[in-house]
Amino acid sequence: MHVLKSMIRQPAALFGLVVVALVVLLALAAPLVAPYSPDEQMFDGLTLEGAPLPPSAQFLLGTDALGRDLLSRLLYGARTSLVIGLVANGIAVTIGLLIGILSGYMRGLVGNALMRFTDLMMAFPALLLAIVLAALLRPSLWIVAMVIALVNWVQVARIVYTETRGLVERDFILAERSLGAGHGRILFYHILPHLIPTAIVWGTLGIATTVLLEATLSFLGIGVQPPTPSWGNIIFESQSYFQAAPWLVFIPGAVILLTALSFNLVGDALRDLLDPTQRGRG
Amino acid sequence: MTATPVLSIDGLSVDALTPEGPRRVLDAVSFDLLSGETLCIAGESGSGKSVTSLAVMGLLPKTSLRIASGSIRLQGRELSKLSNSAMRSVRGGDVAMVFQEPMTSLNPVMSIGEQLTEAIREHQGSEGTTAGAVALRMLDAVHITEPARRLTQYPHELSGGMRQRVMIAMALSCRPKVLIADEPTTALDVTVQAQILTLMKELKQEFGASIILITHDMGVVAQMADRVVIMQQGRVIEQGDVSPIFRAPRERYTQDLLAAVPRLGAHAGTDGPPRVGPATATPFTPVSGPVLSVRDLVVHYGKKPTGLLGGKKQTAAVSDVSFDIFPGETLGLVGESGSGKSTTGKAVLGLIPFSGDVTIDGQDIGALSQRQMRPVRRSAQMIFQDPYASLDPRMAVGAAIAEPLVIHGIGNRSERTDRVAELLRRVGLQPDAASRYPHEFSGGQRQRICIARALAVNPKLIVADESVAALDVSVRARVLDLMLELQETMGLAYLFVSHDMAVIERMSHHVAVMRGGRIVEMGTRRAVFEDPQDAYTKALMAAVPLPDPAMRKSA
Repeated sequence: MHVLKSMIRQPAALFGLVVVALVVLLALAAPLVAPYSPDEQMFDGLTLEGAPLPPSAQFLLGTDALGRDLLSRLLYGARTSLVIGLVANGIAVTIGLLIGILSGYMRGLVGNALMRFTDLMMAFPALLLAIVLAALLRPSLWIVAMVIALVNWVQVARIVYTETRGLVERDFILAERSLGAGHGRILFYHILPHLIPTAIVWGTLGIATTVLLEATLSFLGIGVQPPTPSWGNIIFESQSYFQAAPWLVFIPGAVILLTALSFNLVGDALRDLLDPTQRGRG
Repeated sequence: MTATPVLSIDGLSVDALTPEGPRRVLDAVSFDLLSGETLCIAGESGSGKSVTSLAVMGLLPKTSLRIASGSIRLQGRELSKLSNSAMRSVRGGDVAMVFQEPMTSLNPVMSIGEQLTEAIREHQGSEGTTAGAVALRMLDAVHITEPARRLTQYPHELSGGMRQRVMIAMALSCRPKVLIADEPTTALDVTVQAQILTLMKELKQEFGASIILITHDMGVVAQMADRVVIMQQGRVIEQGDVSPIFRAPRERYTQDLLAAVPRLGAHAGTDGPPRVGPATATPFTPVSGPVLSVRDLVVHYGKKPTGLLGGKKQTAAVSDVSFDIFPGETLGLVGESGSGKSTTGKAVLGLIPFSGDVTIDGQDIGALSQRQMRPVRRSAQMIFQDPYASLDPRMAVGAAIAEPLVIHGIGNRSERTDRVAELLRRVGLQPDAASRYPHEFSGGQRQRICIARALAVNPKLIVADESVAALDVSVRARVLDLMLELQETMGLAYLFVSHDMAVIERMSHHVAVMRGGRIVEMGTRRAVFEDPQDAYTKALMAAVPLPDPAMRKSA
């Protein structure tokens, strides 16, 4: 409650919070608010020459190359993209945190083995790995989310590892050990809280990158399967019409940008609020 | 000495730009630096002494500090209004500066020679070979051994003392009229400090520069200064010739500051530390048996060479160290950096791997696992050098103090809250401090919090590793008094690790002097301080700057 109240007092955080809430609400209420079905190819959705229609009173954001309503597709696409951006990305950050913190805290064989494995994953082209994984498993929304999570944890692990190494050397950890604290207590009460800022920043930044990675996978035919819309595949399906129908790329692009930005604003505010040394400052 | 001021500061005020508006950090500071003199600016942290020097150098960070009013005149030329480029030629040319930490003030990826010649070319425009020759001459002037070889070396290859000599050589290479030295010897060992101070005296005459020496150490002031400026909270409290100020300080603050300075030899003729508690308190009667017993302690750094990818060669940080500490007594472990004193302190608590026998309260800890070690940790606690670094910045003070209680499963929530309040009162803080965070406290208060945390489980032994080194001198005296009082009433034993001879003398019953990982001399405080046997102990004591200008060592 305290966190929410302080957020409302900052204009940037409030803006982010409102946009995020709006996107989530609209995604949940898509069947109620969408004017058309997202998959319906409408006869009057194309010009006589077969080109997509620009925004008009009938189709608020215009139509795509197949005569489907863009607004409806964006609303339903939000469901897919939020699952990818929040769930896939959340799992990636969690795996990264876990592996990073363990390898940073446990030196020796286990720590080294974990980190070399991370390096190996890093050296492997992420897209190629995603393609292999997605080809092996039958693509569906949740499988795609898992694939993205398995590819995206690597950077988080590497950064958390470096930070943990630094934290372990700090005097207060030594002080904790001299008090007799066990490993679990040190890890969860004294190291993990210091990694929250990193996790939040990566979590929010990752939303945009994972949404786009899903789009790439969709483009290659191994992502979310058509006709299910996602913000990413709306852009990719329409990119060849970029000159003739720029709204088909700009509008979903702007939606992704705005959503990612809002998550970042919320994340930043959250990070400052959770840091006791920042409390009471502007 | 002529009486014309080289540098004249008049009514200088500096504002810090904070989100809440400007806050005054320097308030109408005025003083003159006369030609050929050494002026010491002395004060505790936050007194504004460093801000003053940065203002003179034109190095105030623009985003946070701004000169509000006043003038800085160098031989009649106003510096505070100069443009950046004009200021750059003054800096390093007419006014040069030596910083506290020579390692961070030198560029680690440039050789000493490159850095020196760069500074010389910048201001004298002399070309290649001449600059090189000047550089060599400068290194010679600061008495560095093998100056020609040093030119090709990098900062990390030199010792702290040598790096500071290089910094001084660099500062003096352009024959500045004013040399500002900001805590130039604070990061150095006491024997090296003595050498650097002597060097500065010699060079002042040779190069005819006037020196502003900024320091918190009244001993250094007494040894170096012609005149003294005492600062507190951005104001000049008192200024004048050094002897009258030390003999009869006018201002209350100066008196307190001088009184708080521990003087080597102040406790001559007594066996233990002075009693600070009320005389009626029953003195603790020592029971038999040492609370800590150390035999043949050896600590190695570096991994054991194993197989193909074997680690670096092992070096012994501590070798063959043996001592006992009895309840209610303090063993002072004194030595310079790299002597192994802190390593010893950590090893006896099992915080780093060691070999040899360490017995805490009758338990041999060498054979114990982390888990088995836990009950032993109740009887032995540690207080670290930097109280801010040793408190978790994300944990409220109350939770930090309750931490050992939680770890050892003592009491329930409300009992722990009561205990925390009691401990806070015990170390002289208000119980409401519990809900605040470490960054909201001053250095001295933070160290009190660390002490409270160490006391939470009623330990018998406390290892204090340079526990007052980061504190201002007046705060330091009060924290030391608190530690003595706790010892008197609770019968605590201390292993007191410090580089500061005067602090060791004040605190200890027994003293061990360490050098190169070994104890070179050990005995009662009286024996070690009044009749030192080892040549190194004697050298250490001779190097301590005495806070008395009348006992100045000749240059």
